Amino acid sequence: MSAVIEDTKVRNKTLITEVLEAYPEKAAKKRAKHLNVYEEGKPDCGVKSNIKSLPGVMTIRGCAYAGSKGVVWGPIKDLVHVSHGPVGCGQYSWGTRRNYASGTGGVDNFVVMQVTSDFQEKDIVFGGDKKLDKVIDEINNLFPLNNGITLQSECPIGLIGDDIEAVAKKKAKEIGKTIVPVRCEGFRGVSQSLGHHIGNDCIRDWVMDKSESKFEAGPYDVAIIGDYNIGGDAWSSRILLEEMGLRVIAQWSGDGTLKEMEKTPKAKLNLLHCYRSMNYISRHMEEKYGIPWVEYNFFGPTKIAASLREIASHFDDTIKAGAERVIARYQAMNDAVIAKYKPRLAGKKVMLYVGGLRPRHVVGAYEDLGMEVVGTGYEFGHGDDYQRTAEYVNDGTLIYDDVSSFELEHFVDKIRPDLVGSGVKEKYIFQKMGVPFRQMHSWDYSGPYHGYDGFAIFARDMDMAINSPVWGMTKAPWKK
Amino acid sequence: MAQNAERVLDHNELFRQPEYQSLMEGKKLFEEARPVAEVKRVEDWTKSWEYREINFKREAVTINPAKACQPLGAVLCAAGFEGTMPYVHGSQGCVAYFRSHFNRHFKEPCSAVSDSMTEDAAVFGGMNNIIEGLANTYSLYKPKMIAISTTCMAEVIGDDLDSFVKNAKGKGSIPEDFPVPFAHTPSFVGSHVTGYDNMLKGILTHFWEGKERQAGTKINIAGGFDGYCVGNNRELKRILGLMDVDYTLLSDPADVFDTPTDGEFRMYHGGTRLADTAEALNAKAIVSLQAISTAKSLEYAASKGQEVVALNCPIGVTGTDVFLMELARVSGKSIPDELELERGRLVDAIADSQAYLHGRKFALFGDPDMTLGLASFLLELGAEPTHVVCTNATKDWTEKMESLLAASPFGKGCKAYPGKDLWHLRSLLATEPVEFLIGSTYGKFLERDTGTPLIRIGFPIFDRHHHHRFPIWGYQGGLNVLVKILDKIFDVLDNDPKGTSFDAVR
Repeated sequence: MSAVIEDTKVRNKTLITEVLEAYPEKAAKKRAKHLNVYEEGKPDCGVKSNIKSLPGVMTIRGCAYAGSKGVVWGPIKDLVHVSHGPVGCGQYSWGTRRNYASGTGGVDNFVVMQVTSDFQEKDIVFGGDKKLDKVIDEINNLFPLNNGITLQSECPIGLIGDDIEAVAKKKAKEIGKTIVPVRCEGFRGVSQSLGHHIGNDCIRDWVMDKSESKFEAGPYDVAIIGDYNIGGDAWSSRILLEEMGLRVIAQWSGDGTLKEMEKTPKAKLNLLHCYRSMNYISRHMEEKYGIPWVEYNFFGPTKIAASLREIASHFDDTIKAGAERVIARYQAMNDAVIAKYKPRLAGKKVMLYVGGLRPRHVVGAYEDLGMEVVGTGYEFGHGDDYQRTAEYVNDGTLIYDDVSSFELEHFVDKIRPDLVGSGVKEKYIFQKMGVPFRQMHSWDYSGPYHGYDGFAIFARDMDMAINSPVWGMTKAPWKK
Repeated sequence: MAQNAERVLDHNELFRQPEYQSLMEGKKLFEEARPVAEVKRVEDWTKSWEYREINFKREAVTINPAKACQPLGAVLCAAGFEGTMPYVHGSQGCVAYFRSHFNRHFKEPCSAVSDSMTEDAAVFGGMNNIIEGLANTYSLYKPKMIAISTTCMAEVIGDDLDSFVKNAKGKGSIPEDFPVPFAHTPSFVGSHVTGYDNMLKGILTHFWEGKERQAGTKINIAGGFDGYCVGNNRELKRILGLMDVDYTLLSDPADVFDTPTDGEFRMYHGGTRLADTAEALNAKAIVSLQAISTAKSLEYAASKGQEVVALNCPIGVTGTDVFLMELARVSGKSIPDELELERGRLVDAIADSQAYLHGRKFALFGDPDMTLGLASFLLELGAEPTHVVCTNATKDWTEKMESLLAASPFGKGCKAYPGKDLWHLRSLLATEPVEFLIGSTYGKFLERDTGTPLIRIGFPIFDRHHHHRFPIWGYQGGLNVLVKILDKIFDVLDNDPKGTSFDAVR
């Protein structure tokens, strides 16, 4: 067995050398720090991260605007989110993330809308603050049930010297609602990640510091933090927490509301799923309101059970018993799912390249199905993500941070895994190569994947990707 | 328990189960959700004439626009040239968005690079990004050409592409003779169709400027920004082949956005040959199928002495007639019998179905050329394009659309709405209902809100598969559009099983 691992390590190191050889010398030197083969027992994955992408390499990363508007703020449904600047950013991120929210579109749910100040040349030349002032009034007139407005800055805002904070303060007073100016211009930072951080800071400064909720807290109140309700993930998580006896007072931010955010300082425990995008506000609430937070993982029955117990450990015996009851209740269904799909998936190898938490969090779900993750990496992870990843990955796993399209294509071509899990930009490349693929940002228009109900869907989806008859037809028979 | 291992329920069914319905009901307490009656009252009000008036008085906010920004168009244009890597100078997030936008529309890979400018580049300019970026792209992806466009960040700080590229060549990032055409594509001017035009003009300028034109007999064909380029360009080539016209298609992304699944990923595939692009200076004429989407490129070709034929997305019989006759005229070739037969077949199909189309009221939205082409086709079907919304309209569009509507008895009572968005269109549909809506995927929100059935023709189409593989140009394309419209009309009739009109024969 260890000989096999040693062979894998040698192969992976060779692959790293091969991709680096293609770069100009300066770029190769920089990229070398982002690629590694994991050595068992090491406290992290041995790669540098959260560093500027090299120009011209086809990074898969997005920008700070994507991190704030797309991830942190966009799913909050009772606020109108203005893509402030030219038309494109809001257009490309319109309804494409699948953060589901209940309510009536355009009336009391503003999630799937593209609201923009649509900057023209004159706004660049003369500044956009006056236009923004009017934008806010018009929104408030057209959407009377909004509970507030966020201003999601696009690149030009920070370059032309607009004072959106002043506009926000003035207009908040005038219309009597929350207005949040977010400085998430796309050129800030190196990836989506800074947009998460800036988005979190704005919740602190423009929501939490501005209001105090009169909400009456209960002993079992928790908040779900960092679940974006992709395909309904937060709902299939919430159901387990409620079944174990907890009261979920807020969802951040999938299907979330400003009203829930305002109540969160009353929670007894914050439950943090996507550490990367919302650890900042969790730490803040710990410092300011003394609310402890706990990371959890709701992918696959093994991790779910461990997480339910970990969460319960912060409460009394009622909740602890509740956790055991929930685990027992779903046992038969989980066993049935595994009995059905494991024989079809056992031994299959997976390569991942995703965002915030999934490069590590989904490993357990694959292992529950007898599958093995042989390569993984983060678009915008930091050192603490790679430390946390060390607990999940096996000896010899190929690690790639901010992978370029060139590198990932080479790795997949040589390793030939049975499945690649990454984003829409990667999907069609690997399918052309004959490698089964699932989008692991959007759940490939499926989901939810969180919770026990979600695990059944996850298992079904991986099976249909890998065992589709289409992969047997990629070569013309006369060419064999 | 809602889930079932035997028959796994996904989101669509799962969340209808009583456990989840009560979960969502319970959550409303924390949301401080408004009473159902209040939501209903406001919803009804948003569909009133009073609301429409407030909505149309908007001066500042844009809601659900049907347009994107310039560099998106530049990427599509650049992707249509042989071995070309689209390179966008500026912030990197933009390129992630352009790529995923085309991935979702074509269900295909889309290769494009960014030079990832950040705060320091905002202060010092992005020259070093170009110097490093060109070198990296050249080494990793081995293109034959790199076509540069810009994001708004680079435009706001005023980066000078011409001198940056010269500097990069001077520093040895790429060989001196390596083609790097470029275009400034500020996203705060025009839309994606403007960006397409700027990139095309940039590429033509790169190959043509300073060269002596020797007028020949070949014909340049420009398709403009076209979400149906895969189907349309192949149809154009077939027609041009049947007519024996010697041509150069200027930007042809048909193959790169339609590669096979056969075990190999082709980053580059097909496209207009670079040698042909240079040679295209000598063409006798340039025929544009989308003149608004290629306006500056046409001006440029005209300045080089090429005759310009400017069409606006010819869809249907008369549009295709004009296209073929103009093609015959400038090329000196005749229109073969085979195409005349195809014409007859399209007329035959319209005659068979006209009773279902005559007098039907449609709303439509989309890009300038596309709405002109569709409105023209609807008029020749005897249908009425009642509301025509074009967010990225030009002055030219408004004049053309108004005269098109005025010229037909079926255009009476129809109105062009330049610069309006889909939230305006929502008010129009709510107050002056029509029977069908034609537009991109984003029309589905209008369909849900106003009950107007959506026929998906336009860009982007994210939520239906493979339509871009079928042409909408040529007589064959007209037939495809006709069938799309008819299928929806018949589906709507049949979806009302209690209606009297549930005929077995139509």
